[in-house]
Amino acid sequence: MLIGITLLSFVMIHIAPGSPADLLIQMNPKASPEAKARLRAYYGLDKPVYIQYLHWLKSIAVFDFGQSFSPDGRKVADKILDRMPVTILLNVLSMVLIIVVALPLGVLSSVYQRSLLDKFFTVFVFLGFAWPSFWLALLLMMLFGVKLGWLPISGLKSFNYESLSPLAMLIDYAKHLILPVLVSAFGGLAGMSRYVRSSMLEVIRQDYIRTARAKGLAEGSVIYGHALRNALLPIITILGLSVPGLIGGSVIFETIFSIPGMGQLFWESAMSRDYPVIMGMLVIGALLTLIGNLIADLSYALADPRIRVK
Amino acid sequence: MMKRPNVITRNIPAVLFLSILLTSAGSVFSTGSIVRTSDASEKDIPVCGDAFIDSSIGDASTLIPILASDSASHSVASLIYNGLVKYDRDLKMVGDLAESWDILNGGLVIRFHLRRNVRWHDGHPFTARDVVFTYKTMCDPKTPTAYADPFLQIKDAQAPDDFTFQVTYTKPFAPALESWGLSILPKHLLEGKDIVKSPLSRHPIGTGPYIFKSWESGAKIILIANPDYFEGRPYINEYMYRVIPDSATLFLELKSGTIDRMGLTPLQYQRQTATSYFFNSFKKYRYPSFSYTYLGYNLKNPLFRDKRVRQAISYAINKQELIDVVLMGLGQIATGPYKPGTWVYNPDVNRYPYNPQKARELLSQAGWQDHDGDGIIDRDGKPFEFTILTNIGNTQRAKCAEIIQYRLTQIGIKIKIRIIEWASFINQFINQRRFEAVILGWTIPQDPDLYDIWHSSKTKPEELNFISYRNAQVDDLLEKARHTFNQEERRHCYFKIQEIMAEDQPYTFLFVPEALPIIHNRFNGIEPAPLGIDYNFIKWYVPKHLQKYVP
Repeated sequence: MLIGITLLSFVMIHIAPGSPADLLIQMNPKASPEAKARLRAYYGLDKPVYIQYLHWLKSIAVFDFGQSFSPDGRKVADKILDRMPVTILLNVLSMVLIIVVALPLGVLSSVYQRSLLDKFFTVFVFLGFAWPSFWLALLLMMLFGVKLGWLPISGLKSFNYESLSPLAMLIDYAKHLILPVLVSAFGGLAGMSRYVRSSMLEVIRQDYIRTARAKGLAEGSVIYGHALRNALLPIITILGLSVPGLIGGSVIFETIFSIPGMGQLFWESAMSRDYPVIMGMLVIGALLTLIGNLIADLSYALADPRIRVK
Repeated sequence: MMKRPNVITRNIPAVLFLSILLTSAGSVFSTGSIVRTSDASEKDIPVCGDAFIDSSIGDASTLIPILASDSASHSVASLIYNGLVKYDRDLKMVGDLAESWDILNGGLVIRFHLRRNVRWHDGHPFTARDVVFTYKTMCDPKTPTAYADPFLQIKDAQAPDDFTFQVTYTKPFAPALESWGLSILPKHLLEGKDIVKSPLSRHPIGTGPYIFKSWESGAKIILIANPDYFEGRPYINEYMYRVIPDSATLFLELKSGTIDRMGLTPLQYQRQTATSYFFNSFKKYRYPSFSYTYLGYNLKNPLFRDKRVRQAISYAINKQELIDVVLMGLGQIATGPYKPGTWVYNPDVNRYPYNPQKARELLSQAGWQDHDGDGIIDRDGKPFEFTILTNIGNTQRAKCAEIIQYRLTQIGIKIKIRIIEWASFINQFINQRRFEAVILGWTIPQDPDLYDIWHSSKTKPEELNFISYRNAQVDDLLEKARHTFNQEERRHCYFKIQEIMAEDQPYTFLFVPEALPIIHNRFNGIEPAPLGIDYNFIKWYVPKHLQKYVP
């Protein structure tokens, strides 16, 4: 499966017009065709694609991602590790925020189905879903950054970050994260809360819920103790599938907030045809997808005794 | 170098539009304003201190400048390294690491006399051996640099003593002197090592006014003043280069006072910064940039072989209108490949003022008339239509294409516009000569040698005379001008070349846009000059009471 993914992406990248050497010398009056041939040979692009692929596969087998084609020639692994923590941090924070907000939203919507509250929540989450995140981001930056001056506009650290005390550093960092996390969570609310709502609606009509009520349990423990626990099963799948998403940043989003994360790295590499970096990120993505699925399967068993192998 | 669309600017149209909406909504600003005093006596004494926060939409790629081709890398590296020579404020060549130089044997030999007592940032003394090493690195086939060309023309380079460096060329080569503006690299740190894997690309050590401190990928680069700089310590203690890839965010950062400089768009210059807040806290500058935008014709296409057709199109395009609409008036009409006001610029060439009547006459002389009455001129039953190509990410070029389309329709030429991603644009269309007309731009180099763009030997695939311009007289003049060091003679050649091109119209030269930097007004000592404003950055300072960042 991994081989399939990498083979496909390798071929796709090489089919795309342009090569890493082009960016350095194209339309540059100071660069000659000899310089170009020199660069091509340097990057190994003068060999046939399948040889390049086998070459790459051989080094990837021992977890050597190779060197970036960009002029700094850094190791691909270094480049990715540089960018990964902040993207993961952001995505995890926003995922937590989504779950914390979406669960009660979904539950309330299902318990009070078709009520005014339900309709309000529906409008609210779909607003978040439909609202272009870059626009929302800009509006919030205008309000909190420029007009009120409460929060920094973009980036992750203030100018004087290095001279701050550890606590002040933490506060500074947190302040920079508020807007990005809010904006990205707002967009993700819709999906999660609707899943919770529909799966709750299904569960609530089950016989065992009626039984629970008939036993005279308090409504709260019926909903949260019995219904929600069962309704969460499908949510686990979604969470498992979102594991690879945790390392893939969004380009637009990271660009707006000047966050040097994975999305920007991928975009830059794609535009400069930095093959080793692109391939490195794809492999990691593919691996995580597989791992995410595995985790989801395992946690099913954990959450639902019926699935466990006897 | 042709202006490449910065890949990150692609989403500008939408974002720019939104930022207009946003800024028109807010008119009260609460942050970043600086109390201004008019204490002139205090202002006049430069003092050390404060920090300058520069901004850009792209991060540097490497800080070994010979390996980089992006402007971000070069602009940061220029504060860290020196060349042997540089241009002064009036575009005159002056010494940098070289104190002086002699041009001997009719231009075959250049002998540089280097400054003494210059030290690398790590304390190691700078000598002519570093220069020889840099030269060898440039010529080494294993160095992936795009700038090797002028150095491959060198027959011999040597250092007779520690502070003399001498190069011998096979033929006198005028652009050679400028090529020694190349950043000189430290031999003691690079010799015998693979330059691509050198730690210097992430942690450079140079001789320049600023010393590298730190670099967070995709976020910022910090430099600090070099106290031992040979031209004197820079006044501003710290230079920070912040990467803010989105131009709308960049503008908001400027507005909140967290960055000290950005390059404005014409719209931002004319409208969005025309508020009292900006007036009180910032200073705007405008001066012609070293670039021009043009409409280029594929001269292999039968449509454009006739000079009269190209002249007609030039008459039919209202260049002032392009400037007024696309640049909001912040530019001037281009008449040739040089910047107005420089020593090579010939102001007296044939101009093509807007004149649709004349355009129609020229076209009908060339046989193009509306025979069938459908509003489109034709010849031998074939209508006159062509496609203008330009690249994604540059809205100015797209707007130009639309206005040109409108004007040419009026004289009966049908135009289609196609906007294409840069890599495919170059590979599929320009390099394979599969285009009819393009709108693109060139930067204008300080040395006027344009051999690579206009000489008829440079028309092979991937070479830069992609419009296939051939004019024997221009070829001769280009060759003559690049093999003499006599400035008067060179000027004469380039004046003649501009006259011929004005007549031939291989391009319709459209305009030279203006550079529009905005800088926080606590910085003193900025003196706009023909070279721009950055040339004396080390002399900028902030009066003590206005200093914002205290280290």
